[in-house]
Amino acid sequence: MQKYIVSVLVRNQAGVLARVSSLFGRRAFNIDSLTVSATTDPKLSRMSIIVTADEQVLEQVMKQVSKLYEVLSVEQLWEDESYCKELVFVKLRTEDALSRDAIREIAEIYNANVVESVKNAMIVELTEVPSRIDAFLDVISNFDVIETCRSGVTAMAK
Amino acid sequence: MRLNGSQILCETLLEQGVDTIFGYPGGAVLNIYDALYAYQDRIHHVLTAHEQGASHAADGYARATGKTGVVLATSGPGATNLVTGIATAYMDSVPMIAITGNVGVPLIGKDSFQEVYIAGITMPITKHNFVVRDVTELSDTIREAFRIANSGRPGPVLIDIPKDVTAAECEYEPQAPVEVRETYDVTEDDYKRLAAAINAAERPVIYFGGGVVSSHACDELRALMHKADIPATNTMMATGVIAADDPLYLGMIGMHGKVSAGWAIDKADVLISIGARFSDRVATNTNRFAPDAKILHIDIDAAEINKNMPADDFLVSDARTFLAGVLPYIKETRHDTWRAQIADWQQNLDYRPKDAFDCLRPHQIIRLCAELGGEDAIFVTDVGQHQMWAAQYCDRSHARKFLSSGGLGTMGFGYGAAIGAKVAKPELPVFHITGDGSFHMNLNELCTTVTYGLPVITVIMNNQVLGMVRQWQTMFYGKRYSSTTLERKTDYVKLAEAFGAQGFRCTTPDELREALTRAMAHNGPTVIDCVIDRDERVLPMIPAGGDIQNIVAD
Repeated sequence: MQKYIVSVLVRNQAGVLARVSSLFGRRAFNIDSLTVSATTDPKLSRMSIIVTADEQVLEQVMKQVSKLYEVLSVEQLWEDESYCKELVFVKLRTEDALSRDAIREIAEIYNANVVESVKNAMIVELTEVPSRIDAFLDVISNFDVIETCRSGVTAMAK
Repeated sequence: MRLNGSQILCETLLEQGVDTIFGYPGGAVLNIYDALYAYQDRIHHVLTAHEQGASHAADGYARATGKTGVVLATSGPGATNLVTGIATAYMDSVPMIAITGNVGVPLIGKDSFQEVYIAGITMPITKHNFVVRDVTELSDTIREAFRIANSGRPGPVLIDIPKDVTAAECEYEPQAPVEVRETYDVTEDDYKRLAAAINAAERPVIYFGGGVVSSHACDELRALMHKADIPATNTMMATGVIAADDPLYLGMIGMHGKVSAGWAIDKADVLISIGARFSDRVATNTNRFAPDAKILHIDIDAAEINKNMPADDFLVSDARTFLAGVLPYIKETRHDTWRAQIADWQQNLDYRPKDAFDCLRPHQIIRLCAELGGEDAIFVTDVGQHQMWAAQYCDRSHARKFLSSGGLGTMGFGYGAAIGAKVAKPELPVFHITGDGSFHMNLNELCTTVTYGLPVITVIMNNQVLGMVRQWQTMFYGKRYSSTTLERKTDYVKLAEAFGAQGFRCTTPDELREALTRAMAHNGPTVIDCVIDRDERVLPMIPAGGDIQNIVAD
């Protein structure tokens, strides 16, 4: 099982998100994240979907999604061969200056920004490729994480 | 011309070649029914007892003709009653348009009376569905629905029309019927490559399914079989495509298929799958299905390739286009050794039920219907043991003469579908083969056949039990007959008479012959109660998950 990025161009119609997610539910495909965003053409939207699957399931995902009436194109993207970013916020409890410094240090390594720092808490923001976000979250999990919020990926072929 | 939404619906249906629809009125479709009143000489509306019956009738109509079936229902419960019928059509790739009324646009989303989000409900069981919120979009939406239902792999499309849209007016311009022209990403080299694989085979088998029926490829399939001397076996959906007396015909494959066909697949070196999808009723164990064969998979739906079984080579194409394209590259050849081996299996391994004279046995019931109905008779089944017996013994020799719910396995499908078939083909005998379990699900439609004077012949294989489930309980659940012993007191003769039909009860082949003869001479529906033993089993049988080596044949 592996994570794959699938970029889907859809007609911007009522129910299109429900149709795609219903298909994933019905066929037991795993969605890690799904984002829908506007394109320059108001009639079209772009969905960026991360699926966890093996290759055979990925083939099914792409073919089944292609069959939906509102879907105009489906393509697989690779993290290192496309522009592919995700945003994450992490809220951490920081009881002492020591942990605040340690968090800042990690944030610096990952090019993350401390966007809020109040008494006893910090919020760190990182925009990165999903694998780097995974790595960052892995490291940061050693601290007292209150909550995290990931945007899901947005991706475009080079 | 300026018309209201309901008139536009009628005009657009006519424009698309529809002259018959099945349905049931209600509040949200009052305007549509008002228009149908005015169009009644051009659109024949068949009123059923229940929307489910109407949906199966539209499906049966489509299966019997190849045309698009149309069903109409009101909002709320009218719409939800279509769900089983739509899902049945979806699983078997039947082109169908389901039209539902809905509450007016201002009332949508307010839990109004008889409001339901049918577009959401039917999302996973339609190729696509539409909610038409503006009358100016209505005619184009209907046209698009016909195009979707008939393009690629066919299937149902639902159009939900709020009541105010059926009353609103706009300009309507008639258009020509939608023509679907398919193009495939296939080259001559693809045909040559697949032909080479077929030509190189020593033990080839063709395994074909409903795709051959939908693409009208029966002649082309026969041509390939006979040019290259390739035996062929079918899924239940393709029953009748190849006549039973064709020497290259192996009969049905799968859980209740022929033993010899199972062994042919098992020992094949090349398996050519045409318009079939390796379902779990055919490839009961995908790891051991055609284990020695190079698998060539031809299907119109790209998503079927590598879905259930990995293919060694494939082509995304309709069956007829593929067959016509590959045929010139196929060598005329003989496979005498292979054919002799298969003949040996047929002779020694195939299950042959014994006839009886003092009681009714399932195979005799079906064969009698086939004999008296002739080659043009249409068999429509429900689901269960009787369905398998009908598939095994109906001996059809043309496509669209055996209509059955394959994918969804819908008990209650038969009577509605038989109505649709009989409305479509009034000149042909229509047998509704059913069981006492299935018949109880939608026997309310007897009022429809009586009202319209439709001589549908219902043959109930009455074993007083839910036979297929009981058969599994017998074989795999230690004969614990949980909730399968019906022993209902229904008197089918009186039941038929109460509805205004004629009824017979038969216990021997002679009685059945007499009843069928009278039924065929009768200008209205007949119900024949055929008493069979409750321990009759469908044989042979490959248990779920097993393969041909696990087949049970006695």
